[in-house]
Amino acid sequence: MLDHIWLIPALPLAGFLLILLFGRRLGEPKAGYLAAAACGSAFVVTALVWLDMLGKDAEERTKYLVMFKWIPVGSLHIDAALLADPLSITMALFITGIGTLIHLYAIGYMHGDPKFSKFFLYLNLFAFSMLMLVMGENLLVTFLGWEGVGACSYFLISFWHTRESAATAGKKAFVTNRVGDWGVMMAMFLAFSAVGTLSYSGINHAAENGGITTVTATAIALMLFIGACGKSAQLPLYIWLPDAMEGPTPVSALIHAATMVTSGVFLMTRMSPVLHASYEWAPTIIATIGAATALFAATIAVAQTDIKKVLAYSTVSQLGFMFLAIGSGAYVAAIFHMVTHAFFKALLFLGSGSVIHGMHHEQDMRRMGALRKLMPITAGTFIIGWLAIAGVPPFAGFFSKDEILLYVFANNRALYVVGMVTALLTAYYMTRQVIMVFFGEAKWKDAHEEHGAHGDFVPHESPKIMLFPLVVLAFLSITGGLLQLPFSKDLHFLEHWLEPVVHHSEANIKGTWAYDNKYLLLLAAIVVAAIGIAMSVAVYAKGKAKPIEPKVLADGWYYDRAISGFMGGPGRKAFEGVAMFDATVVDGAVIGTAKGVGGISSVLRKVQSGFVRTYAAIIGIGAIILLAWFILRGVI
Amino acid sequence: MSFPILTALILVPAFGALVVACLKKSRPELVKLAAVLTSAVTAGMSIWLLASFKTGEAGYQFTSQHEWVEAWGISWHLGIDGISLFLVVLTGLLFPIVIIGIDPHHDEKPYLAWMLLLQAGVMGSFLSLDLFLFFVFFEIVLVPMYFLIGGWGYDNRIFAATKFFIYTMFGSAFMLVGIIATALLAKNDVGYFTFDLVQIAEHADFAASTGRWLFFAFAIAFAVKVPLFPLHTWLPDAHTQAPTAGSVVLAGVMLKLGTYGFLRFGLYLFPEAANWSKPLFFTLATIGIIYGAIAATMQRDLKRLVAYSSVAHLGFIVLGTFALTSQAMTGSVLQMINHGVSTGALFLLVGMIYERRHTRLISELKGLQKVAPIFAAAFTIVMLSSIGVPGLNGFVGEFLILIGSFETARWWTVVAATGVILAALYLLWAYQRVFHGEPDEVNSDFAELKPREGGILLIFIAAIVFTGLYPKPMIDRIEPSIKSLITHIEERSDYKAPADDSEHSDHMSEGEHE
Repeated sequence: MLDHIWLIPALPLAGFLLILLFGRRLGEPKAGYLAAAACGSAFVVTALVWLDMLGKDAEERTKYLVMFKWIPVGSLHIDAALLADPLSITMALFITGIGTLIHLYAIGYMHGDPKFSKFFLYLNLFAFSMLMLVMGENLLVTFLGWEGVGACSYFLISFWHTRESAATAGKKAFVTNRVGDWGVMMAMFLAFSAVGTLSYSGINHAAENGGITTVTATAIALMLFIGACGKSAQLPLYIWLPDAMEGPTPVSALIHAATMVTSGVFLMTRMSPVLHASYEWAPTIIATIGAATALFAATIAVAQTDIKKVLAYSTVSQLGFMFLAIGSGAYVAAIFHMVTHAFFKALLFLGSGSVIHGMHHEQDMRRMGALRKLMPITAGTFIIGWLAIAGVPPFAGFFSKDEILLYVFANNRALYVVGMVTALLTAYYMTRQVIMVFFGEAKWKDAHEEHGAHGDFVPHESPKIMLFPLVVLAFLSITGGLLQLPFSKDLHFLEHWLEPVVHHSEANIKGTWAYDNKYLLLLAAIVVAAIGIAMSVAVYAKGKAKPIEPKVLADGWYYDRAISGFMGGPGRKAFEGVAMFDATVVDGAVIGTAKGVGGISSVLRKVQSGFVRTYAAIIGIGAIILLAWFILRGVI
Repeated sequence: MSFPILTALILVPAFGALVVACLKKSRPELVKLAAVLTSAVTAGMSIWLLASFKTGEAGYQFTSQHEWVEAWGISWHLGIDGISLFLVVLTGLLFPIVIIGIDPHHDEKPYLAWMLLLQAGVMGSFLSLDLFLFFVFFEIVLVPMYFLIGGWGYDNRIFAATKFFIYTMFGSAFMLVGIIATALLAKNDVGYFTFDLVQIAEHADFAASTGRWLFFAFAIAFAVKVPLFPLHTWLPDAHTQAPTAGSVVLAGVMLKLGTYGFLRFGLYLFPEAANWSKPLFFTLATIGIIYGAIAATMQRDLKRLVAYSSVAHLGFIVLGTFALTSQAMTGSVLQMINHGVSTGALFLLVGMIYERRHTRLISELKGLQKVAPIFAAAFTIVMLSSIGVPGLNGFVGEFLILIGSFETARWWTVVAATGVILAALYLLWAYQRVFHGEPDEVNSDFAELKPREGGILLIFIAAIVFTGLYPKPMIDRIEPSIKSLITHIEERSDYKAPADDSEHSDHMSEGEHE
C-alpha cells in the first residue's frame, strides 16, 4: 500500500477536476456526494497505508515517492515528491477523516445555495492542498500546499462575496497570511544557503549532525515560526481568523479549526531538529508567544456574543497551547492536542452551525437559550464537545491539555501558570456558551416577537446528514484520549508511533519534579476546570454575580481595530504619498526636463509630436529600405 | 545549407506587413486573412524552432551569418540560445493571438501592418548577434508601437505615444554612442573592425574604467526599456493609452527587450562592469519592486494598476539578472516569459472589461463576479499567477530569482521578498472592489465571457498552469546558456559564483532509501 501514497492527494484532486468539468451538470446534491466520496476514498487509502505501516518496524515506516523533478536548477534540486511517515499519515488520517464528515455535513448545510457545487469544488481543492502540505517531501511541496490552502481559504471565506464583510475578510486572511509566507520563504532560502537542499530529510539530517550552525538554525526556526504565526493565527498575526468566520460554518470547522490552522504546528514539528539545534531562547520565544496568545484570546472569548466568534477565539487560544507545547519540546503532546482539538473543535463548530441552521441564520447567543429540548442531538453532542475542551476527564481534551501542561511545568513554571489561567478561562467561557445557547430561557421568542417576522418561528433540529458527523465527532471527542493515556508507558500509543519523527528533539522530562508528581498536576488541572465551570454556572445559570464582559474584551483589546485604523489611516496616507510622489516628483522631473529642453511648452507639444511623427516615419521607411537591400543583395 | 529559419522568423512578418500595406482597403477580409496567415506561419515556425532546439546546449543554434556592410564590419548575424529561445517563441505565439483575438475597431489595414512590422522588429531584436543589427531592430520596434498607441489608443494617446517615443529614443541615443565606441575600442583586441557581438565579447579586453563607461551607455537604454526605477514613468501612460493589443504586446514581449538586453549585451560584453555595478542595480530593482507595488495599490485605473505591477515584476527580473547565480538568472529568464503570459492575460482581461463597460476606473465597477462568474474565475487564476501562488507560473520564476539572489544579494532579497505581500494586497484589493459585492445597476448586465474570449484566455491559463507545475522543460533549455554566461563573467571579472557543484544533491538522495 505504501507505493500508492500518491492516491491520497490524487483522489481529492480528481474530485476537484470532475466537479470543475461537470459540477454544474451534477448540481445539488450529487456534486456534494462526489466530493465526499473523493475525500472519503482518500481516507480509506490513508487508513490502509496506516495499517500497512503498523505492520512494519518503526524504521521502515518512512516512504519517499518522487513523482517528477519539479524545479531543478544548478545545485537546487526540488522534486515533486511525497513523504509518508508516522507524522504525515497521522495528519492525513484526521484531515481526510474529519474532512469527509464535514463534506457530508455540508451537503445538508449548503442545501439550496445557488453555488452549491462550487462550494464542493473549493472543498476538494482544499483537501488536496492540505494533503500536499502535510505529505510534502520538501519545504517547497509543503509550501505549494501551504499557499494552496491559503487560496482556498480566501475563496471560501469570501464565498458569499456579495457581502462586503465576507469579501474583506477573505482578502484580510490572504494578505495577513502572506506576511507569514514571507517568513517561510526566508526559511527556505536560509536552508538552501546553509544545507543546499530543501528536503526535510536533508535539512533535519544536517541539523541533527551539526551541519547547521546555531545562528542559522535559529534564524530558520524563527522564520518558520513567523510563517506559523500567520497560518496558525498567533500573535501578532492572528487578526484574520476571527474575521474568517464570515465563511460558511463547515469551512470554519474544517479549515479554521481542525486542519489548515494547525499547519504551523505541523511545520514546526516536521522541522523540530532545526528548532532543537537553535539557541535555547528560540524555543522560549515560541513558548512565550504561544502562551501569550492562548491567554490573550481566551480573555477575548469571555466577552463574545456571536456563537462562532467564541469558538474562533477559542481556536486561537488552543493553537497557542500547541505552540506552548512546541516551545517546551513537547512535540508529541502538540500533535496529540492537535488531533483531539480537531475532534472537539470541529464538533463544536458543526454544532454551532447546526444551531445557526436551526435558528434561521441567527448567530447572536443573546437571542438563543433553551435549545436543548428542540435540538436534542445537537445539544447532546455540543455538550460532549464542551466537556472535552473544558478539560473534564475522561474526555479527549483533558488528556491532551494535561500532557502539554506537564511538559510546560517541567520547562518553565511561569508559563505553566499562564497555561492554567487559560485553562480556567476556557472552562469558564465554554460553559457560558453552553448555558447561553442550550439552557436558561428561550430568548428567541422575544426577539422574533419584536420583529414579528415569523409568527410561528420555532428552531428545529437539523437533518440527519448534518447530525451524523456530530455523533461521530462526539464519539471521537470522548475516546480521543485513548491515543495517549498518561497512566503507563504502554498506553503512550501516539508517542511510540511518532517516535521515529520526533525522538531527536522531544524534551526529556524524566526525573523532573513535574514527571514524578504528574498525578498531582492532573488533579490540579481537574480542580481548575471545575472552578471555571462552577464560576460560569454561578454567573450565567444562577445569576449570583453579574457577568464580567467589558467592552475592551468584547472588542479584542482594540488590537484589531488599531491595526485596521493604522492601515486605513496613516498606512493608506503613506501609500498615497508614494503614488503622489511618483506622479509629481519622478514624472514631474521627466516632463520638466522635456519642457526645459524644448522651450515653451505649448509650442513644444505641437513641434514635438510633429517632429516625432516625421522621425518615426523616417525610421519606418529606413527599415523597409534596409530589408529591401538584404533581399536585393541576395543575402537570404 | 539548411533553411534559414531565424531569418524567416523576421522576414515573414515583415513581408506580411508589406502585403497588408499593399492590399486594397476595400477588401478587409483579404487584409485580415493575409495578417492571420503570416502570423500563423510565424507561429508555426517558432513552434518548429522550439521542437528542434537542442536541449542542453549552451551555444547559439540555427545561426545565420552574412556580410552586410563589410567596410563597417556589420553583418546579418542571427542566432538563438536558451536565453532568447522562449522570448522568440512567445513573440511568435503572442502576435497571432492578439491579431485574431482583438479587434482594432477602425482602420484595420494599417493596424495590422503595424502589428506585423512590430513582430518583425521584436523578433529581430531577440535574434540579432550583431550590435548594429540589434540597434536597428531595437529602433524599428519604436515606430509601429508609436503609431499603434497614437492611432488606436485612448483619449490621451498622442501625449503617451510621444512620451514613450522620446523617452526610449533618449535611452537609445546613449546606446548608439556606446555601440560605436565599443566596436572602435574592441578593434585592437579582435584584430579587425566589427560589430559582431560574439567576436567582441569573446576577444575584447576593455580597461575597467572604459568597460564601465560603455556598460552604462548600454544600461541606460535598457533601464528605460525595462523600465527600472526611476526611469519608469513612461510606462503607465503608454500602457493606459495603448489599445489592448498594444498593452499585451508591450507587457508581453517589448519590456523584455530591456531585461534581455542586460543579459545578452550588458553582462556578456562588459562582465567586469556588470559585476562592479551590481549593487546599484540591486538597489534600483528592489526599490522598483516595493515602490511599484505601493504605487499600484493606489491606482484608480485598472490598466495603470497593472502597469505599475509590471514595474514591480520587472524589478524581480533585474534583481535576478544581476545576482549572477544560475538559479536567479534562470529564474529571471523564466520570469520574463511568465510575466509576459500573466500580465499579457491581465491586460486582455482589462481590455475585455473596457469593451463591456467603457471604463477602466475601479470605482465604476462592482460585483462582476455575481453576473459573470466564469469571467471572474479566469481573472482569479491570472491574478493568482501574478501574485505568485505556487503551482502557477509566476511563482517558479519569482522563487528561483529570490532563492538565487539570496546567495549574492542577501539583504536586498530580504526586502524584495516583501514584494510578494504587497502583490497580494494590490491585486486582491482591486479584485474585491471590481468583482465582489452586489453589482449596481450599470454593472448588473455585464456580459459573461464569450467563446472567442474564453478560447484565448484558455491558452494563457494552460500556459500558466503547465509552467507552474512542470517548468523543467523550460529550465532545461534555459540553464545551459545561463551557466555558460556565468562562466564567461567569472573568467573576466573577480566574481566567483557560489559553489554550484552537484555535491549538494546528495542530501536529497540520502533520504531515498526504498
